[in-house]
Amino acid sequence: MTQADYVIREPWEHISDQRRASTFGMWVFLASEVLFFGGLFMCFTYLRVLHPAAFAEASSHTNIWYGTINTGLLLTSSFTMVMAARLADLELRRLMALCLVATVALGLAFLVVKGFEYREDFDRHLVPGRDFAIPVAAAQLFFSLYWAITGLHAIHLTIGIVAVSRLAFLVERRELALPSPEFEITALYWHIVDIVWIFLYPLLYLGGRS
Amino acid sequence: MNGFPVFPGQASTQAAATDRIFGGLLLLSGLIILIVFGLILVFAFRYRNGSKTKRGGLPKWIERDFEIGWTLATLFLALFIAWWTLSASLGSLASNAGAMEIHVVAKQWMWKAEHPNGAREINALHVPLGEPVRLMMTSQDVIHSFFVPQFRIKQDVLPGRYTQTWFQATRVGAFHLFCTQLCGTEHARMVGDVFVMTPDDYARWSAAQPQGDDIAAQGATLFHSLGCSGCHEGSTVHAPQLAGLYGKPVQLSDGRRLVADDGFIRDMILMPHANVPAGYEPIMPSFSGLVGDDEILALTAYIRSLKDAKETRR
Amino acid sequence: MTDAFASDRPSGLASSSDYLHAGHTLWSWLTTTDHKRIAILYGITITVFFLIGGAAITVVRYELLSPNGNLISDDTYNKLFTLHGVIMVWFFLIPSIPNTLGNFLVPLMIGAPDVAFPRLNLLSWYVNLAGGMFTLAALITGGVDTGWTFYTPFSTMFSNGDVLLAATGVFVAGFATIATGLNFIATIHMLRIEGMTWFRLPLFVWSIYAVSLVMVLATPVLATTLFLIFAERLFGLPIFDPAHGGDPLLFQHMFWFYSHPAVYIMVLPAMGVVTELITCFARRQVFGYTFMVYAMVAIAGVGFFVWGHHMFVSGQSPYASLIFSFLSFVIAVPSAIKVFNWTSTLYRGQISFEAPMLYALGFVGLFTVGGLTGLFLASIPVDVQVHDTYFVVAHFHYIMVGGSVSAFFGGLHFWWPKITGKLYSEAWARFAAVLMFFGFNFTFFPQFILGYLGMPRRYHVYPQEFQVYHEMSTMGASILAAAYLLPPFYLGWSLYAGKRAGNNPWGASGLEWQTSSPPPPKNFFVRPTVSERPYDYHASGRAPEADDRTPRRRQDKVA
Repeated sequence: MTQADYVIREPWEHISDQRRASTFGMWVFLASEVLFFGGLFMCFTYLRVLHPAAFAEASSHTNIWYGTINTGLLLTSSFTMVMAARLADLELRRLMALCLVATVALGLAFLVVKGFEYREDFDRHLVPGRDFAIPVAAAQLFFSLYWAITGLHAIHLTIGIVAVSRLAFLVERRELALPSPEFEITALYWHIVDIVWIFLYPLLYLGGRS
Repeated sequence: MNGFPVFPGQASTQAAATDRIFGGLLLLSGLIILIVFGLILVFAFRYRNGSKTKRGGLPKWIERDFEIGWTLATLFLALFIAWWTLSASLGSLASNAGAMEIHVVAKQWMWKAEHPNGAREINALHVPLGEPVRLMMTSQDVIHSFFVPQFRIKQDVLPGRYTQTWFQATRVGAFHLFCTQLCGTEHARMVGDVFVMTPDDYARWSAAQPQGDDIAAQGATLFHSLGCSGCHEGSTVHAPQLAGLYGKPVQLSDGRRLVADDGFIRDMILMPHANVPAGYEPIMPSFSGLVGDDEILALTAYIRSLKDAKETRR
Repeated sequence: MTDAFASDRPSGLASSSDYLHAGHTLWSWLTTTDHKRIAILYGITITVFFLIGGAAITVVRYELLSPNGNLISDDTYNKLFTLHGVIMVWFFLIPSIPNTLGNFLVPLMIGAPDVAFPRLNLLSWYVNLAGGMFTLAALITGGVDTGWTFYTPFSTMFSNGDVLLAATGVFVAGFATIATGLNFIATIHMLRIEGMTWFRLPLFVWSIYAVSLVMVLATPVLATTLFLIFAERLFGLPIFDPAHGGDPLLFQHMFWFYSHPAVYIMVLPAMGVVTELITCFARRQVFGYTFMVYAMVAIAGVGFFVWGHHMFVSGQSPYASLIFSFLSFVIAVPSAIKVFNWTSTLYRGQISFEAPMLYALGFVGLFTVGGLTGLFLASIPVDVQVHDTYFVVAHFHYIMVGGSVSAFFGGLHFWWPKITGKLYSEAWARFAAVLMFFGFNFTFFPQFILGYLGMPRRYHVYPQEFQVYHEMSTMGASILAAAYLLPPFYLGWSLYAGKRAGNNPWGASGLEWQTSSPPPPKNFFVRPTVSERPYDYHASGRAPEADDRTPRRRQDKVA
């Protein structure tokens, strides 16, 4: 068996067709994801237009340092991820494994920073409810969406970290051939998680600071 | 009401207009159903398997020409119906400035109405014949919907904002009032009656009601007891004066312009920081949780009466 | 290199070479990646859900016999119609045709050995089942009383029912829908056999393609909406709560942005099925094939822009209502084109009236009534009167039950010989089809009159004068229920005692009829190629012959 036969699955006859289909399927899934987060962004935009002052006020209570560091971490991780996918094509196993590990590390770092940020938000009473810190009613809407969307993004990122770790593990154990379509589709998924953050960063952190 | 009704009675000016469109659509649909069902039956019989009917071939052009033909025909028909019904809808958008205004507050599971002179009733609404009536409605909990079939009017009643509808009754009698938005356990029991009376009867009924204060007068009392007057009536605090405010555009500090209507006043009372008028500091405290929907309606009526006072002074 | 087609040629015994005999253990079914077996798994689950949803509405209909609401309590009534709606929409109608007939037929019709992602296909069944279990759990632990629409703020702040559990079920099932849509899109793009160009696809495949686009693009918005319900109800994060400046109408916009396209998820595949049936039993090529394709794609596309017609009385801007009303009239055009084309396909045919054809003709009639009453609902003044009344109930049952369910039964009867290899009793099948048509009209036509009279939906206590129509409706529903209970018996009987079907009992032209019945695990023993348009029942420019019940040329035209 060649390496290509090793990863081929029904109903495909050629690894190239299988890769094309997997990539295509992933793009279709990403279209679905765009609508999913799009709904949330639409919600955010609508409420922001309804309450511009409250949203600006609430946005200035977010911690821009955590947000900015995380943006840097995630953008860098996208770079290491795309490098990993490319190196898989070139069949440079060691270097690729290194890039996968770097991606996982950067993703985990993002979650750790996010964890610190969440703790600070708790301490400063930025969770909507009885003892909410900002005395403007609609500011709670901002923080509702802040928690909902960043929480959802963190769940997506966690799934991404698990998927990339799995790839790294299988590559290390030599159980996954490098022409497998899984590298490219995992990279695509990683990028959508990244792109969602690129929208979140200005919406949540920069909006009230212009 | 007999035991086998097929068509709802007409009891408002809107009813006749709606029924005209309904009838038109019924006629058109009947015609289309007749054609489609007729063709299917005729074809099914004539071209049943093994029948003696001659079947020539169909020329090539027929498919494309027919398709284009009936696409354009149905498109034209759809646009025509759209134009016809939309122009009717646009007509009913026209505001009824001089209409008598009744406030309706919905809650699980009852309708409360308050007349301009302060008369209140529950699950019933008395209105005079032939006079335009505007309903200004809000809900205290979930979404309800105000539906009087014989008037052909329906409007959802939302918490946290005002919706309105209007009618002009054309027949004396008692008519069903239904809540048509699922609102919880007793949704099906959130019903009432609308009583249309001759203007004389209405005046007599109205006078016989145990009258509270006139609704604007109640608002004036609240305006002082809640402490609004402390800032908004010629004090040293830099707060906007409210006389003449109602119905006028307001410039906000963030550049938007809003009209000072019922919804605006409500928002200002409950969420004063959402819309800060240009030139003022956001210092007003929120009255959210301190005033009920009825009281907001009264305060609004008072502020509106201030407008009237100013205009008569001119 | 594996050859997907050559791997399992018949090895002597015919019975061991079909997909039903590829494994006999329960485990072999629960771990199968064969699209045909997954179709049957879906078939079993949707049947169970259909029975649960049907049982709920049976109680509701009997409660409505009397205007006093004395059979069951207010809360029970609210929970029963909610159960009926949630189960029927998300666990019967949405997966019905795409996941059973679509799953079985799409690979066969395009000459593929399986769908593009067989394991994802199986996963979707488990996910759908898990969603169903969550929703059923919500019903056992006390029920939900919000209606299938979950309107806020009732669902988030006031309802005592188990909204979260039920919504979790729907949320989870959404992943199954997206996976299904994704799988079909990739399959139809990537796995069409040589010569099967886009405009040689059977119209059923086109309908599944159009519906898959809607599934992939609309379902995530439902997920967003339900996610925000969780946030508000579970974590107390205000989003729609007006006390904090939120907007309940925002919820309705998002909900209907999904739920109106969802109507097309239910009816587009039905249109595809009916097209296959009519062309086969009229022995004529589909009239206006390309226009049928464009009409379906147009319905799927424009369907995304008409959601606001559910909100004419909600308090949305009246100018928004005008635009939504206009677009709703426009979307009637492609639907009308389809009805005209079905009718014209009959013209100069050699029509026979087997049970599937009866269902198909019934569909055209009921869909026409449902579509035309849609015009009433699109015109704002009439909608103000009939919104949230029985008129709306009747309208969408004409589309979803009269339309989709009729087509589902028609398709089930048409492809039953292919799926099981057995023939059912034609007489019983025709009887059930006719009974269903009359039972349906008897049930739902009176509701149009009730609706314009002003009978609100979701009422079990109602004024006396409406009772006569409710009595008619309940009687009709009894007939309808009997008609629905017939097919399980005679179809079940055919499995034991039915005659063998042969490869092509109807003399139909699609690729699925070229393989054996039931098909082998990889679908085809010999790889087909395609050089023709579908539905070649007669020479173009000529009429079909009376005694010729075989297609002039099979689509694959094997040399």
